[in-house]
Amino acid sequence: MAITFTVNNKPASVDAAPDTPLLWVVREHLKLTGTKFGCGAGMCGACTVHLDGRAVRSCQTPVASVAGRSVTTIEGLSANNDHPLQRAWVDLQVPQCGYCQSGQIMQAAALLAANKNPSRDDIVRHMDGNICRCGTYPRILRAVERAAKQGA
Amino acid sequence: MNMIDATMLSRRGFLERSAGLTFALSLPAALIARPAAALAEGEAPASIGAWVTIAADGAIVLAIPVAEMGQGSSTGLAMVFAEEMDADWSRVSIVYPPIKPEIFGNPIFGNMMVTYGSGSTRGYWDKVRLQAAAVRMVLMQAVADRLQVPLSELRTEPSMVVHAATSRSLSYGEIASFAQVPATTPTIDKSALKKLADYRILGRNTPRLDIPAKTNGAAQYAIDVQVPNMVYASVLRTPVEGGKPDHVDDMAALAVPGVLKVVPLRNSVGVVAETIEAAFAGRDKLKVTWSNALADGFNSAAGLKEFVARASKLDDKGVSYVAKGNADDAFAKAAKVMTAQYSSEYLYHAQMEPMNATATVSPGGDSAEIWIGTQGASINTSVAAAMLKTTPDKIKLHQFYLGGGYGRRSPADMLPEVLPLAKAMQRPVKLIWTREQDVRSAQMRPMTGHQIEAALDADGKITGWRHRVVGESVIAYRGGEKALAGAKGVDGILLEGSKHEYGIPNQLIAYLREQRGIAVAAWRGIGAGYNKFIIESFIDEIAASQNKDPVAFRLDLLKDEPRAQAVIKAVADKSGWGKPVADGHALGFSYAKVVETYVAAVGEISFDAKTGIVRAHKFWLALDPGIVLNPDSVLAQTEGNVIFGLSQTLKEQVSISGGEVQQNNFYDYPVLRMSEMPEIDIQILPTDNPPKGMGEASLPLVAPCVGNALFKLTGKRFRALPLSPERIKAATGV
Repeated sequence: MAITFTVNNKPASVDAAPDTPLLWVVREHLKLTGTKFGCGAGMCGACTVHLDGRAVRSCQTPVASVAGRSVTTIEGLSANNDHPLQRAWVDLQVPQCGYCQSGQIMQAAALLAANKNPSRDDIVRHMDGNICRCGTYPRILRAVERAAKQGA
Repeated sequence: MNMIDATMLSRRGFLERSAGLTFALSLPAALIARPAAALAEGEAPASIGAWVTIAADGAIVLAIPVAEMGQGSSTGLAMVFAEEMDADWSRVSIVYPPIKPEIFGNPIFGNMMVTYGSGSTRGYWDKVRLQAAAVRMVLMQAVADRLQVPLSELRTEPSMVVHAATSRSLSYGEIASFAQVPATTPTIDKSALKKLADYRILGRNTPRLDIPAKTNGAAQYAIDVQVPNMVYASVLRTPVEGGKPDHVDDMAALAVPGVLKVVPLRNSVGVVAETIEAAFAGRDKLKVTWSNALADGFNSAAGLKEFVARASKLDDKGVSYVAKGNADDAFAKAAKVMTAQYSSEYLYHAQMEPMNATATVSPGGDSAEIWIGTQGASINTSVAAAMLKTTPDKIKLHQFYLGGGYGRRSPADMLPEVLPLAKAMQRPVKLIWTREQDVRSAQMRPMTGHQIEAALDADGKITGWRHRVVGESVIAYRGGEKALAGAKGVDGILLEGSKHEYGIPNQLIAYLREQRGIAVAAWRGIGAGYNKFIIESFIDEIAASQNKDPVAFRLDLLKDEPRAQAVIKAVADKSGWGKPVADGHALGFSYAKVVETYVAAVGEISFDAKTGIVRAHKFWLALDPGIVLNPDSVLAQTEGNVIFGLSQTLKEQVSISGGEVQQNNFYDYPVLRMSEMPEIDIQILPTDNPPKGMGEASLPLVAPCVGNALFKLTGKRFRALPLSPERIKAATGV
């Protein structure tokens, strides 16, 4: 049975088993591949999307639970890749392999939406569930601080 | 740019968009006289094998044969190319070229198209500069002919050939509209290459070309590919390395809605389905029994003790890696001998993108198309050709961004699964490993046991050095017995970093091979990741036994190494070495030359006696990689090295029981997180030496800094990696 919801402000209707993780629905059914599969266990944050504005792990979110709700993926974060976080990510040359970065940015965007002026500790606490194996943490931290200053 | 696959940027499309284009310059890699026309395959002159295409509007596309996994060397090599051809950097974009190793191969790796060993910059440095200089020469010659002026009166400005005497200039785009490809490409002498002082691009912070697409979800990794008519596959892999499926009960799997087929494979069983979720569900329903394997029953905890015990049995000679002077004689005559045993555990790469590949095989089974992110592009092409009993030109490989490499993406181990599946389905198949499979089928940094000894004379001078390394061979696992025999039985991957610059006259470094049937691989930093820990811990120990300052002691040993002296002094100075630090904190020092880059490091460490948890507060590093191409990229790599290195120092360990990997996911194979990162201070000390590797140079320095600082805090030497809380607690006895 089709499950309908909103993705990046557009209606989506997907024919998938209700327990299918939102991750695979977004990536393989809707072909929005910016959201990444990292661990499938909610341990790494690579699959982070926004559900009604809050950061969730899409690998732990059954598609049935998003029926009628609003999902935002990295592709829908900004109109022209100009979210202050995206600009800071480029300015500070944050990504290395880049695979975790969609999740990092979506996780950070949820923080800045709720807290315009996070302390360094706030940022670290909020970002600690997102693994970056390449080790871009120092730049992620600086980029979130910069984006906050520039009014994300 | 979105993707580093040449096939995505259709050359025809590119040419059509570039209005007015009548010519695109293409040159072969081999600068020996070779008619360019011979390279053209149909779509002349934008021929396959081209390093550079110049459009009439001045846009320049460079073919850069580097797999980009975050190390930044695709941008770095493009900068080298643009510098030498004097291109306007703002007009440069890059593509990953077709798999033509004879043109694009890396000279230091037998001209294979591979990206490993921190080898791209140092390997392609001369080749790319000579190629680019030839391009510039052709452009200048075209202008000389056009303007009827001597070549010697021309010079270049970025993307411009200038004749100063008549104040005339032509842009590269304009030249491309009339120039003819010469029948023979000019030969460039290395002495004619641009001098450091004349660089316009190299040495300046240059935004990496791959970064914008990595901030908006547009960057394409192999796992993202969508091929029309594609189906999905998951595999159940043997729990013990080397096991083969004996009996497959696929009834329940085939009953899962959407499952299309179950295919037994060499060391796994594949389930193909219409959706990835159905493939996973079907895989979970498989019941498979596996054949016996060499690794059956292997237990890594017991194995480690055996490895270390073997390292200490001197009559078991192993194979000599370094034999300098007469080590045995030095030990016989020594006034004092110091001896220690060290060890390191198996490690998993934990690259963020789980292993995956997509492929389609022709109905006749003799050609294939493969979508993959790989460090071993030409290896994958050769292996695929061998599997299909065809030639490499029948294999079309699409290269993608790599979601982490660190050595994991060098082998062609996806092919024995994805190619038979694609052949069986006669449809494109996307195979994705789960994280659990990625961990349990890890190809690991080898577990190692060591004995290290120093012979000292009456003055405390080190006269002899013996280091014996025990572990399984990566070379044999990857390339078979023949490959190891070709290396005279010495595994250079396992032993990497066991050589040093300490000027000890008599040395014996030996390899003692184990064969336990475990999958072992190159892992970021390879052997240096443990060998530098051991050497730098032991040098520290020798210094301490003589009540000497570890920094002064090393400077004395490295008298003839000015580049080592410079980085050591710089980091000691910046870190305030020798000055008091916060209560409960200590500084640990290390120095090493890794991938020909000189690095010295100081780490400020504390630990919690109750939990055994070590905290790294700050790292200072000074490094000399020779010429620095993109300084910010060097900083980024070094930051990553410290964090990756700290992760392996404190947290990481794969254990094997009954032949099976015991870890599953990030909950039982933790890696360093943001809250655990230290502050990092990096000094780059460039010299005019050829540029060397940065992707793994600093990683091996981290563990010895931590160990040496812990010695100051506890009075104990820590000789087993990782320096896990359990081990710290056990050693400090709280």
